[in-house]
Amino acid sequence: MKNDQKFFQQNPFFTFFRHNAGVLLGVVGLCIIMSFASPYFMTKANILNVFMQISTNTIAAFGMTLVILTGGIDLSVGSLQALTGMTVAVLITNLGIPVPLAVLIGILVGLACGLFNGTIIAFTKMPEFIVTLAMMTIARGLAYIVGDGKPTRVSDDSFNQLGAGFLGPIGLPIIYMFVIMALLWYFLNRTKTGRHIYAVGGNKEAALYSGISIAKVQIIVFSLSGLLSGFTGVVLTARMYTGQPAIGNGAELDAIAATVLGGTSMAGGAGTLGGTLIGALIIGIMGNGLNLLNISSFMQMVVKGFVILVAVFIDTFRKKSSKGI
Amino acid sequence: MGEYAIEMNNIHKHFPGVYALKDVTLKLRRGEVLALLGENGAGKSTLMKILSGVYSSDEGEIYINGQQCHISSPSDSRNLGIGTIYQELCLVPNMMIWENFFLGIEKVSLGLRKIQIKEMRNKTKEVLESLGLDIDPSSKVSSLSIAQQQMVEIARAISFNAQIIIMDEPTSSLTTKEVEKLYELIGRLKKNDISIIYISHRMEEIFKITDNVLVMRDGETVGTHITSKTNKDELISMMVGRVVEKYYTKNNHATKEKILEVNDLTTVYNKNVTFDLYKGEILGLTGLMGAGRSELSRALFGIDEILSGTILLNGKAILIKNPRDAIANGLALVPENRREQGLIIRNNFGFNITLQVLNQILHNFKLDRKKETLIIGSFKKNLNIQAFSEKQKVMNLSGGNQQKIVLAKWLATDPIVLILDEPTRGVDVGAKAEIYTIMNQLTEKGVSIIMISSELPEILNMSDRVAVMSRGTIVTIFENMDDVNQQVIMNYSLH
Repeated sequence: MKNDQKFFQQNPFFTFFRHNAGVLLGVVGLCIIMSFASPYFMTKANILNVFMQISTNTIAAFGMTLVILTGGIDLSVGSLQALTGMTVAVLITNLGIPVPLAVLIGILVGLACGLFNGTIIAFTKMPEFIVTLAMMTIARGLAYIVGDGKPTRVSDDSFNQLGAGFLGPIGLPIIYMFVIMALLWYFLNRTKTGRHIYAVGGNKEAALYSGISIAKVQIIVFSLSGLLSGFTGVVLTARMYTGQPAIGNGAELDAIAATVLGGTSMAGGAGTLGGTLIGALIIGIMGNGLNLLNISSFMQMVVKGFVILVAVFIDTFRKKSSKGI
Repeated sequence: MGEYAIEMNNIHKHFPGVYALKDVTLKLRRGEVLALLGENGAGKSTLMKILSGVYSSDEGEIYINGQQCHISSPSDSRNLGIGTIYQELCLVPNMMIWENFFLGIEKVSLGLRKIQIKEMRNKTKEVLESLGLDIDPSSKVSSLSIAQQQMVEIARAISFNAQIIIMDEPTSSLTTKEVEKLYELIGRLKKNDISIIYISHRMEEIFKITDNVLVMRDGETVGTHITSKTNKDELISMMVGRVVEKYYTKNNHATKEKILEVNDLTTVYNKNVTFDLYKGEILGLTGLMGAGRSELSRALFGIDEILSGTILLNGKAILIKNPRDAIANGLALVPENRREQGLIIRNNFGFNITLQVLNQILHNFKLDRKKETLIIGSFKKNLNIQAFSEKQKVMNLSGGNQQKIVLAKWLATDPIVLILDEPTRGVDVGAKAEIYTIMNQLTEKGVSIIMISSELPEILNMSDRVAVMSRGTIVTIFENMDDVNQQVIMNYSLH
């Protein structure tokens, strides 16, 4: 008996289920409701479709989760997607740069912007909100400048396959999502820096007294967030065959929503990538379901807002009541 | 009116899984100062939170001035004339004193409901003056010293016509001189028939200013004594439920081998600090609050920038530019404020202990769970940390256990030089004795300890040598403990 208990307490999967019981129930509940509302919902094609739809938001939300775990926030996610997407499109179409090189440069642009965010934040101690707000405007402006304000079409098929391709029945972006999740999971849970991220978010001063370089941690998380934003920008562009300077508008807010729905504390120090995936799933399933039910996209925004409020409320309430003394 | 200002009878309180208060009874006369004594977790805070309206009791009766009453919120408590001064001050730093006094209960004019600044300011001034505090009611709280802020909090309670004031470790961040002022203020309050419940771990204070002592243990009242008719040993054995045979464990392990030499160390806060530290010794570092003791530890640990001076470790000059350099050289610092500086409080106990030694448990992207459990388990056992699981959050543990976790976290790094800044502040008697024993064991193994402390009994009983600081520098070092007593330390502190 005792061993069983220990197993349930220590097994990471069970721990995960216990900590995320609220949102997990939400996902299951949503699925049940939707499968009654639309016969098409529970089909394999539609489920893959939901995963496809959430893939880029989830990848960006993983980056956001790292940042929020340290107690920060990154508002530049959406603009960086636009900037890297445009950069790649212009490099391929207008300058004839080979696809692999163009993709690499595009992602590096995202990384560089994230590095810039992190460096400024770490060394000037300016608030994350302000620095990334500035980057949000700068990157959006640059996205328009790069392509002269116009969408840029990419007709290179090998590039488009990056976003629209399949491995068997599964779309490549879904695979990217899970691969990135696995890598980041290792990074967060199996490296020193990973634990330092939790420590910095949990208590900056104690982290400082423990000899943790807060600057290093901040630079790393913002760089990763920038890198992942850049990557999603490239994938989105490939999927649409076009570089669009207006893409990713409000993507940072979707990423924050998924992170928070997934149980990550806005104060930092607590949260998981699995939670974020579930958070993104809730948003995705809801959007998909409401689409199937032919509900207008304007109404969907209203519903989405309320769902976030309710989900986070339940979570806050649950945490309060389980606190005890 | 009844005989008592407060009578709490047969109070019971349950929390999920914890029977926090069992049949507790407390009686407080008008004008009485009652010490509430007990180890952390004995139920003192819970009992006081019931009085201040943060919790409500499951069972029991409360009478105030003979009238039975129900306290179901902090504002009920305030309206009943109970003022609580918490350990952490609850003033808004960027607001003026009078604004703080009337926060939430601002006086407004009839009709236009304009706030009446002048009236509020005058009323504040009146209260401050009645307590003999010479502070301008329009000064910002952030411009006041901690002691002044505390006085202001007490004055604020008085301004609500508080008849009963609860003080939770009011002297924990005051200097000796400021403590005297607080005593004066308490004397004045007594004369006005105001009753005080005084929570403190410092025995000297209890004997100096309280009339009676109520001792609690494990959620129950052990007994009440007239302060003048009891003694420290009796109170301690009541608190821990057994006779503490030896409070300070101290054997001489000091050698003549120099470990650390600090020469002319100067920072923004310290100037020309020079001292040596020998292998296996405990160097007591004392002085008044603001003398630069914690700042010196911060400098040695690379948190404050060193402007000039040299540090030699084992005869070799070392450069400490940040805490990582300090750690790499075998230094460890258990900081003054464990909640703010020592612990990731919302994280679990295992996470905190292994934070400094992640290299040992994480290699090649693999978590060595066996090693992790081994490290955590051995410290849990050796330091007698009371937690039911390594996953328990640190914030739910008692102060003594938290302090042991900070200690464990640094001991895991096998330090050569251990700096302890107020190692037993806010720690209960039992855990205090255990921490002293651990210090003694460490010196036996050859660790050198710099112990910063404001508690003179601790300095006198645990140190091999004592350095006194004043105005940012070490003014004297006593090489022989026979020369040291409270009086000479005070003389040098006021240097």
